[in-house]
Amino acid sequence: MSTISALSDTTFDEVIKSSDKPVVVDFWAEWCGPCKMIAPILEEIASEEEGVTIAKLNVDESPDVAMRYQVMSIPTLIVFENGEPAKRMVGAKGKGQLLQELGEFL
Amino acid sequence: MVEPRKVIIIGSGPAGLTAAIYTARAQLEPLIIEGEPSSTGDQPGGQLMLTTEVENFPGFPEGIQGPELMSNMRAQAERFGTEFLTERVTAVDFSERPFRVQVRDQEFRAETVIISTGARALMLDIERETELVGHGVSTCATCDGFFFRGKEIAVVGGGDSAMEEATFLTRFADKVTIVHRRDELRASKIMQQRALDNPKIEFAWNSTVTELHGEAALEGVTLTDTVTGEHRRLDVGGLFIAIGHRPNTDLFKGQLQLDDEGYLVVRSGSAATDIEGVFACGDVVDHTYRQAITAAGTGCMAALDAERWLEHQG
Repeated sequence: MSTISALSDTTFDEVIKSSDKPVVVDFWAEWCGPCKMIAPILEEIASEEEGVTIAKLNVDESPDVAMRYQVMSIPTLIVFENGEPAKRMVGAKGKGQLLQELGEFL
Repeated sequence: MVEPRKVIIIGSGPAGLTAAIYTARAQLEPLIIEGEPSSTGDQPGGQLMLTTEVENFPGFPEGIQGPELMSNMRAQAERFGTEFLTERVTAVDFSERPFRVQVRDQEFRAETVIISTGARALMLDIERETELVGHGVSTCATCDGFFFRGKEIAVVGGGDSAMEEATFLTRFADKVTIVHRRDELRASKIMQQRALDNPKIEFAWNSTVTELHGEAALEGVTLTDTVTGEHRRLDVGGLFIAIGHRPNTDLFKGQLQLDDEGYLVVRSGSAATDIEGVFACGDVVDHTYRQAITAAGTGCMAALDAERWLEHQG
């Protein structure tokens, strides 16, 4: 079972605003090689870390949200706190580095 | 001491995975330390992970997607018992045998090491470039092209990668300007022709990108004419950099012989470096051909060289 929920243009706002934990959103697409590389790492982090919720948003299917946050490169990870973007990470990275950059939210 | 492995392979592009297939079939139980995800060319699977259609790898008459080709090679290496570690090597020590390979605080020992760390994309090295990555500046057309639908963009470079990226980007962008510092291209004839024939592609010859403009995102670049020194502004929302690669050899400085451009030096007609038992293959030794098939070819050479060397040692 996947611990990462998929967001869409219609569900995004509600999920982000109603979460009491920071939400890490992975902007990704099927055709993006580096996105596929980090997907299993995000699954691991999602099952190991209690402090954050991890969600993903397919930019092909949900272009409006991607455009609203000016995502121009994927993978992009945006951490939302209280419904507002608090941190942005561009490009694929290893697990160690991702955990380090997410450190303040974990 | 941890039990030494017969073979450790560093890097998992076509060279490393071919070396893994051969050494695994020779029952040398290779460990391949495949690297960590990144978007620059030094990730598991290598540079082909950032490409789309590969048309010139023999055996695929209809072509194959780069990431798919790599996942096939990985599955083939796995089938014969290759062990994978998805981490980046942090240090090596070839001064004593068995050799030491370090991944953070974890140490591995190996009788032979095959180096296939490849190359990564060069950046322009101009101001604001790093902060604009992900905001208009990109090294991965297949990752980011989608976001430039209906926009005008530029591709810097004159080789096959630049032509491929520019041609691919015309699927999305209204206009693509190829910025090249000379007045002729280094790309292969077929790739050149494809770009030259594409009505959406224009060329800015004898030009380099010397300045990036835009606050939150890229809005334009300054081009400097390499002959006259004149400046002009080109309004583009995206800048794709394909100006070549640099070998990933920082780990080996001071231990193995490197040439002036930082590539590992191997004995002609073999994969042997200047330290016995250490072999190198793929783009990390090759500044001439740099193809998936040549990388795979030299990966095979490194595996056979390592196998023979081990037999010789008894």
